[in-house]
Amino acid sequence: MTSQAPGLWPPSGPEIVFLLLGAVVVGSALLVVTTRQLVHAALWLVVCFGALAGGYLVLTAEFVAWVQVLIYVGAVVVLLLFGIMLTRAPIGPSSGLDSGNRWAAALVAVATAAVLVTVVVTGFRAAYAPLHPGQGAAEPLGASVFRVWVLPFEALSVLLLAALIGAIVLSRTDIRGRE
Amino acid sequence: MHVVYPVVVSALLFSIGVYGVLARRNAILVLMSVELMLNAVNLNLVAFDVWLGDRLHGGQVLTLFVSVIAAAEVGLGLAIVLAVFRTRRTVDVDRLRALAEVPPASGPGSERPAGSAVQPADGEGAP
Repeated sequence: MTSQAPGLWPPSGPEIVFLLLGAVVVGSALLVVTTRQLVHAALWLVVCFGALAGGYLVLTAEFVAWVQVLIYVGAVVVLLLFGIMLTRAPIGPSSGLDSGNRWAAALVAVATAAVLVTVVVTGFRAAYAPLHPGQGAAEPLGASVFRVWVLPFEALSVLLLAALIGAIVLSRTDIRGRE
Repeated sequence: MHVVYPVVVSALLFSIGVYGVLARRNAILVLMSVELMLNAVNLNLVAFDVWLGDRLHGGQVLTLFVSVIAAAEVGLGLAIVLAVFRTRRTVDVDRLRALAEVPPASGPGSERPAGSAVQPADGEGAP
């Protein structure tokens, strides 16, 4: 794995593409947490997830990339937009989106980033993963899910059903508790 | 592909999510930041799966599972946020203090209850 790995600095073609996508991911994520308009935050979230799906494609995880587009960009962001709409959020820029402890939060986030980046750079500086296209296509991944991981898969389907029933019960107003 | 690049991007994304969870006041924005953190974990899983060359594709399958759990989490979280909005008419997490141990004497301006353990409680902070 680490034998005859090329040097870190002149990045190869896929690495350059991944770094550009990573810059888009980090930039749009920063805009998600700093923008003053709620709807814009949801739309920047779309950009962030889309660039992340591109990063998965570069990492040869094709199936995960399309699932990311379907679930996150398709379902989760639409749910979040529904939530924004149903809580009657203001459409224009609003000032009350950040709480008063913003600087403490920034300090904690910068400390977290420093610790994590230091640890992973020290730990995985020499790690090199050769990319083989087709590694994460639908066929090997589907065979793996339905042969090896079939029990967690079924448990997860039950969990999803329970979560959806819970969401329905929570959001209906005509279901009361006992007594 | 050097493993450092995706892992560093994932670490930065995770800390941005930490900032969003701590600094945002609107509950829906907090949920969005939690999504950012889950995506950072997903990127980590995919990168290490590609690096280790797992025959069982454990990392990528776990990424799919995390996506499904994130969808369930966002559905339940939004249902809870909507229930809170129905009863309180607000989704500001700063103002939902009904479960706080010591109710604050004033509004959200005074965040430090330094010697407030002996102060008598004068009503809830909820509007």
